[in-house]
Amino acid sequence: MTIEVRNLVKRFGVFAALDGVNLRVADGELLALLGPSGSGKTTLLRIIAGLDWPDSGEVFFDGEDALLRGAGERHVGFVFQHYALFRHMTVFENVAFGLRVQPRAIRKSETAIRARVKELLDLVQLDWLAGRYPSQLSGGQRQRIALARALAIEPRILLLDEPFGALDAKVRKELRHWLRSLHREINVTSIFVTHDQEEALEVANRVVVMDKGRIEQVGTPTEVYDSPASAFVHGFIGESIELPVQVTDGSVELDGNKLALSAEGVSPGASRLFVRRHDMQIGPADAGALRGEIMQVRSFGPVQRAEVVLSQGKTVIEIDAPRDRDLRAGEIVGLNPRRYRIFGA
Amino acid sequence: MTMELPDSLSLTPSRDDVRASAVRGDPRTEPKAIRIAIIATAVTFLSVFIMLPLVVVFAQAFSRGIGAYVAALSNPEALAAIRLTLMIAAISVTLNLVFGLVAAWAIAKFEFRGKTFLVSLVDLPFSVSPVISGLVFVLLFGAQGFFGPWLASHNIRLLFAVPGMTLATLFVTFPFVVRALIPLMQEQGTQEEEAAISLGASGLQTFFRVTLPNIKWGVLYGVLLCNARAMGEFGAVSVVSGHIRGETNTMPLLVEILYNEYQFVASFAIASLLAMLALITLVAKTVLERHLDEGKTSHDH
Repeated sequence: MTIEVRNLVKRFGVFAALDGVNLRVADGELLALLGPSGSGKTTLLRIIAGLDWPDSGEVFFDGEDALLRGAGERHVGFVFQHYALFRHMTVFENVAFGLRVQPRAIRKSETAIRARVKELLDLVQLDWLAGRYPSQLSGGQRQRIALARALAIEPRILLLDEPFGALDAKVRKELRHWLRSLHREINVTSIFVTHDQEEALEVANRVVVMDKGRIEQVGTPTEVYDSPASAFVHGFIGESIELPVQVTDGSVELDGNKLALSAEGVSPGASRLFVRRHDMQIGPADAGALRGEIMQVRSFGPVQRAEVVLSQGKTVIEIDAPRDRDLRAGEIVGLNPRRYRIFGA
Repeated sequence: MTMELPDSLSLTPSRDDVRASAVRGDPRTEPKAIRIAIIATAVTFLSVFIMLPLVVVFAQAFSRGIGAYVAALSNPEALAAIRLTLMIAAISVTLNLVFGLVAAWAIAKFEFRGKTFLVSLVDLPFSVSPVISGLVFVLLFGAQGFFGPWLASHNIRLLFAVPGMTLATLFVTFPFVVRALIPLMQEQGTQEEEAAISLGASGLQTFFRVTLPNIKWGVLYGVLLCNARAMGEFGAVSVVSGHIRGETNTMPLLVEILYNEYQFVASFAIASLLAMLALITLVAKTVLERHLDEGKTSHDH
């Protein structure tokens, strides 16, 4: 099922939750809506699900106007951040709910319902919990049951609102891989909302970065990481060093000092220079676009993180360097960005 | 008992221990004498003002033996009052259950203009004296009242009759169910309902399969309190009743009439029924509150 969203606007009072959003989702895609809180990503998801209605704009499922249908008629599976399991029902009855409330004409027989629920509980690997109540489950188990419940109605689209937001880090990582392999298995067009970039980049085929009710960039994880379309995306995804610079005639100045960097194609004026932490190369003091003094070095994992005070501008930046180079506090070093981007302020 | 710190090495170890334990004593508790005094005051107060009256009611009711007690209760006037009380309570509890569910549902699950106003309006019957609640109906439906002439011309009798008493009871007991449900429903939020809707459930299915099971203990709690008040209501009902013997006397009204006529045994016999209702309500309330608390603690997700 393809989804198309055109010019969606939604206001809550004076606050524009969605400010003209356009988006196409291809069949079988696993898409992440990524953005800080208040960026409108959950509102967009809820409008697609039919749990909220836009002030203006259109939503199409396979070319059909979805706004003509209520939430119950859209065949959308929705997984809530806080699971929203029915607390007075067993796990089994939770999963069976969507099958039991169907109109009598198309409702499955009790045996067929039981078989289907069993199948879904096997799919989420929790068949042994069928008789428990939601309050007796762990967070990760609840989330998987919520997913099984949403899949019971054989949804054409699966929507997940911050599916792992309320779980601890370790369970979250496990469930990410599980969600990706599950999607490969059932291959339903899926959209999930997250504010965790790592989650978005690791799980999704495509990532939609949102800010203040607008879409900033849509692209594969590689695209949004390597070629951010805006200062916001660069700052939000991956860890970046950000420096306020002045662009004049294609040259870049930091605090009055001209840097050996080119700013071709950037319009003159106050701008922002972005460099990934691991793209800043550390070299001898007299080489490089920037100079600075190392304040502190901390080593962990494959990198060492150096805190450097720049001679230009007296700003403190953090750089990730490979561990093979020996860095010491107090050392004066030259810094050369391997890749960088300049955006107008 | 002194609270000073053990100050020198010259103290024997045993005294040291005693003092240390005094110093380390639970900071939340008081010395024994004060504890006894406080508890004694509370027990005395409860005995004199609550237990004693309850005992007196039963003592008076049985003062001429069980025979007189049974006779007083099987008197046709008493039976009529009991029947009327049960009927009015049944009608007002049923209606208030429906109104209460609808009002609480609207207030807890939806955002709309004038919601705060509606919430304070719900509380009105609690903040107004019951006598005034009764008078309002006299002013509305009495012979000189707002709807009086119209009602008279259509030969409808509300005042000094059962419908008027039911209306007054309905008004006075309206807040119980709503008040019991609003905080519960607000705390539970709307996500389970949204989940049910997105799974294809209709509005009614969502209400009966998801919302109602989640609030059933709260509903029972509200109904219980509503019922206790409906059966015990005196002021509002008294104003609209007209005190027609055997016709418009409820149990509380009959208690007063009999008492004024110095029929103490009969009066206290009926009062003992109301007192028993209170005791049963109290036990049921405790049980329900436990269920409500359980519901809250199991809802940590």
